[in-house]
Amino acid sequence: MQVNGTTISSEKNQTLFDFLEAKNIDFNIIAVERNGEIVPRSTYKEVILSEEDTLEIVRFVGGG
Amino acid sequence: MIIEVNGKKLDRVYQTAFEVREQMGNETDILILNGFQIENDYELLEDDVLTLIPKGALPKQEELESMMMARHTPNVHQKIDGGKVAIAGLGGLGSNIAVMLARIGVGQLLLVDFDNVEPSNLNRQSYYISHLGMPKTAALKKQIEEINPFINIETRNVEVTESNILELFNGYDLICEAFDRPEAKSMLVNGALNLLPNIKIVSASGMAGYASSNLIKTVRPMNRLYVCGDMENEAKIGKGLMAPRVQICAGHQANMVLRLLLGIEDI
Repeated sequence: MQVNGTTISSEKNQTLFDFLEAKNIDFNIIAVERNGEIVPRSTYKEVILSEEDTLEIVRFVGGG
Repeated sequence: MIIEVNGKKLDRVYQTAFEVREQMGNETDILILNGFQIENDYELLEDDVLTLIPKGALPKQEELESMMMARHTPNVHQKIDGGKVAIAGLGGLGSNIAVMLARIGVGQLLLVDFDNVEPSNLNRQSYYISHLGMPKTAALKKQIEEINPFINIETRNVEVTESNILELFNGYDLICEAFDRPEAKSMLVNGALNLLPNIKIVSASGMAGYASSNLIKTVRPMNRLYVCGDMENEAKIGKGLMAPRVQICAGHQANMVLRLLLGIEDI
């Protein structure tokens, strides 16, 4: 699948939640778009990723 | 031939800008023709907008608006005037964005913050000693009224949470995310993109310290999300927020807002 413009191999039946956790990404400071749609944070455990998916993960850093 | 002089439509036979100044103004008046200050004489055409501004004089209230509008490019100004922009967080980014949007004449601004102005804000935020202790919403509203009194300003002295996003921002075209904490940025971006199907967000990430100005850019990672910043330099111990980079980032956000109000979606 495509993640932030890079092709990576996805594990079978992996949820978005598991994918983010495996990558050590803090859920509280990101926004995720999947195939052009924002993914509600409450559904990360229900979203099953497939190899056709395109993900855009935006991570915010502090300061303003 | 109809021309507009200081906000009034005139049907007179003035051939040139200098002729109007000779007849209606003073030799030392500044002349603004269709949004541009002119030094040389120009022939006037149908629908030209000419403004005479006496140097150093305080204009009457009714003249002020047309004098200020004179600096705005016609057509462009109408679109900006119709814009409704919300600014979430009135710190280093938000206060400076608000002032810039007021200067270009965005017609309606929503200012949201729950904090008061304190001394540690003055290194980068658009506040003065005289504002210390005031709610940031009120302090900023006061400033904007001194800069451009023709703007509708709504203020909300609340903390933005997932449960009030819809109620706060419904009816606005754009949100400037100008929070400090990454958790708050993420909460607003997620909440607003989910709850408000037409909203566009101009957010910020990475502007602390004094790394190169040129690292700060505008990107569009999602269809309705723009992010300004260097994406890396977070505020932390030893790397504080400083006026220049914070204002560069605020400038990126304000210009993206301007572009979007003019219908340009490209970064």
